[in-house]
Amino acid sequence: MDAVIDNLATFRQGFVTTLALTVVSAALALLLGTLLAAMRVSPVPTLRAAGATYVEIVRNTPLTLVFFFAVFVLPQLDIRLSYFAFAVLAVTVYHAAFFCEAVRSGINAVGVGQAEAARSIGLTFTQSLRLVVLPQAFRTVIPPLINVVIALTKNTSIAAAFGVVELTAVATRLANANSQAVIAIFLGSAVCYLALTLPSGWLAGQLERRVAVAR
Amino acid sequence: MQRRRATGVVGIALALMLALAACGGDDGGDGGQANEGASFAEGTTMARLKDAGKVTVGTKFDQPLFGLKNLEGKPEGFDVEIAKLIAGEMGISADNISWVETVSANREPFIQQDKVDFVVATYTINDERKQVVDFAGPYYEAGQDIMVAKGNPEAIAGPDDLAGKKVCSVTGSTPAENIRENYPEADLTEFDVYSKCAEALKNGQVQAVTTDNVILLGLISQDEEAFELVGKPFTKEPYGIGLKKGDTEFRNFINDTLQKIEQDGRWLAAWDATAGKVAPAKPTPPAIDRY
Repeated sequence: MDAVIDNLATFRQGFVTTLALTVVSAALALLLGTLLAAMRVSPVPTLRAAGATYVEIVRNTPLTLVFFFAVFVLPQLDIRLSYFAFAVLAVTVYHAAFFCEAVRSGINAVGVGQAEAARSIGLTFTQSLRLVVLPQAFRTVIPPLINVVIALTKNTSIAAAFGVVELTAVATRLANANSQAVIAIFLGSAVCYLALTLPSGWLAGQLERRVAVAR
Repeated sequence: MQRRRATGVVGIALALMLALAACGGDDGGDGGQANEGASFAEGTTMARLKDAGKVTVGTKFDQPLFGLKNLEGKPEGFDVEIAKLIAGEMGISADNISWVETVSANREPFIQQDKVDFVVATYTINDERKQVVDFAGPYYEAGQDIMVAKGNPEAIAGPDDLAGKKVCSVTGSTPAENIRENYPEADLTEFDVYSKCAEALKNGQVQAVTTDNVILLGLISQDEEAFELVGKPFTKEPYGIGLKKGDTEFRNFINDTLQKIEQDGRWLAAWDATAGKVAPAKPTPPAIDRY
């Protein structure tokens, strides 16, 4: 236990990095995922195919490999970023596919009549999606979206193996330095992850109650 | 110290195994010669082993250049050559050595439980270990060193030159902590295995990789076109030969043997045939510590 208390500052540093990685990646991934979902329901076949291909390739690739491509292949193409930026890129690209599918299921849950009515009063496809369909779609998929956010939070730990000193990297380092307190240290890092994921779950519950649509 | 980077070593070893095995046809050295005429006092370990005609040696199977198992299932490297020379001095030929894999975590128990007669396995001598086993040697002194891109474009000559440079090591390893504590100006990047550090150095994301020179030499042997060793170790890791605690006669015999092979050139020949193929400078054997 002392090993955890003595190293609270180090833990905090890792926690802040994990938090930043989670928030930035989740925001970007939700944006990209929504865009992909729009592509997948659009009337343009090329866009639909592109969206479907993206989702099928990315979600069927292990995240570690996505990281590997970002961290070791992009520099070969002279794309040089910090390891934090590479991690954001990898986590975003990967989880966008999952966000896309969650949002798409929400879109499919909105009655066809809604979209037809929107189009019949003269809204374009983009307008009807933005003003009529998506607002309803998001309300129905809050639980699955939060599921993805929680998975994303935990998956940021893979960045530890790719040059980012986040929570898991900090825990590994401290565990090596304090071999008598390995369990306490990893429990400490587990508590930190819970501090991130439990509030997301709670937030999801609140949000759901507030915006849920009665059908 | 070795245990902490065991994962790193395994990673490198996996990556290296194919590459090294491909060029591992010759087993170098002249460790196969047995000294048939050797005679030992009754009751000593040497007499027992000579009478039995065989010996069990613990070494690493995953440490390139020191102890790495090739595709035929035989370990090869500097440690292996040293072990063959010691066995040879007892009249045991290399064919009669049975090799046992010892990893960092099981070396002491294997010696205590008589699973091996002695251990040559990049085994750093320290006081903690001396409480449970005895050490002959050291026969080699490793140390933390720096690996840079071929030609050393950043002109890194030692750890002080790492200030402001990106330097890579393995998360939580002793070398990484050494940089963090003693060279805080260096910008430390940490991966989980050394092979990733090598890749990052190759594509220019970091300017240096640091850990024990032995591990770095293994990485360099994998890609000699891309990397080179700075070659100025700044920590000391004396490698000894582990044997059963209290067997002073055996320890003296191994120390005498080491002294003999160091003087007659067999030590250097073993080095040249293994790690010397990629090491920048010929090492001088460290003084034997007859404690």
